[in-house]
Amino acid sequence: MTITVTVNGTKYVRDVEPRTLLAYFLRESLGLTGTHIGCDSSSCGVCVVVMDGERAVKSCTMFAVQADGHEILTVEGLAAGAALHPLQQAFWDQHGLQCGYCTPGMLMTSYVLLGKNPNPSEAEIRDGLSGNLCRCTGYNNIVKAVQQAAATLGAAAREPEAVAS
Amino acid sequence: MFPAAFDYHRAGSVDEAIALLKQYGGDARILAGGQSLIPAMRYRLARPAVLIDINPVSDLGYIRDSDGMLVLGALARDAELERTPKLHDRYPLLADVSAVVADPVVRQMGTVVGSLCHNDPAGDWAVAALASRAQVVVRGAAGTRTVAIDDFLVDSFTTAVADGEMALEAHFPAPPGRNAGSYQKIERKVGDFATASAAAWASLAADGTFAEVGIAIGAAGPTAKRVVAAETLLRGKKPTRELIRAAADEAAKAADPSADGRGSVAYKKAMAGVLVGRALDGTCKRLGIEV
Repeated sequence: MTITVTVNGTKYVRDVEPRTLLAYFLRESLGLTGTHIGCDSSSCGVCVVVMDGERAVKSCTMFAVQADGHEILTVEGLAAGAALHPLQQAFWDQHGLQCGYCTPGMLMTSYVLLGKNPNPSEAEIRDGLSGNLCRCTGYNNIVKAVQQAAATLGAAAREPEAVAS
Repeated sequence: MFPAAFDYHRAGSVDEAIALLKQYGGDARILAGGQSLIPAMRYRLARPAVLIDINPVSDLGYIRDSDGMLVLGALARDAELERTPKLHDRYPLLADVSAVVADPVVRQMGTVVGSLCHNDPAGDWAVAALASRAQVVVRGAAGTRTVAIDDFLVDSFTTAVADGEMALEAHFPAPPGRNAGSYQKIERKVGDFATASAAAWASLAADGTFAEVGIAIGAAGPTAKRVVAAETLLRGKKPTRELIRAAADEAAKAADPSADGRGSVAYKKAMAGVLVGRALDGTCKRLGIEV
């Protein structure tokens, strides 16, 4: 069936089989390979994307047809041109990754987490990311990165001009 | 693995969903959160020929606290309950469950009613539903019926929802007065199914004795299981340490788990007892009782 999905602000019209999973649609139909596939069974969280700006979803456990008429944000849509999103910058600064395989999912889950809770405690960050597995870092630097991003985004919300300049 | 091919239909209203269910009968499954159904289809444990997606139904995600019960529509997501703190005092058992189902991302899609319909023997919501004496409203072309949760949970992955019907909402009672509950779960890691789980719910009479009591355990048989012997033991008595221990022992006796990678039969039976004890402790604490 034909679906229309807005991904990272661009509208795509594609014909898909109903059984096509969203992760495969993003990677294979749209060529957006930033969304990774890991366990392929909704356990690991590397495939997380954001739906309608407010819900983190495991794209291996959702059909592309369910995204018809919706907006999807993937890791490719985070940066503004060459300027990394504060979450991406924070993962860079805090060394929140080693191999990087889990990073897109970590970023997108954190994006929604900070949207719902702009000033999370360490425990809330650890709990919020508990559906995302990382086999390299031991999580500490990932948590630090989310804390840094929360601080940066918080400062930007308080003093938009100061951060912009 | 990809699921087997299926025909996909989108329902814009409950009436449309019912009409589609009437047309396709037993070949069709309702797609709500999909967090159990889609993995089951990927593993080819389920091969529905038709999926009826109810996500486009705009008014099915309701969470209403009215007339002494919490009413959850078929699209009420776990995360919505988790993020509604004003419900947590009145429905602490449900608040507990909403924070431990699967993982935080899965909970953003997963629904309470869908979990009841999936009826995994190690699922969380069925345990809480038994303890709180929930009911499920089921609708088909012939009309609507309300099914007590004990009758709803027929067997592993099987419910009282017949071909051509769908579960429309779940009712969790919380009568006025002093009542509370608690959910306890052991899992190997976040996102895993329970190794063992237990729910307790109780209301207190004016003299400090248990008036109504609900005790249920999960991962302890083909479906979540009400521990009638523990409920009978507790009803009409004042909570004491000895009484709670005796109720926990009844739960360990009633548990009928299977051995798997999560634990042996003996371990899981013992944990059913331990968790019922903890759930009763948690319930008493929330009722403001020292035991």
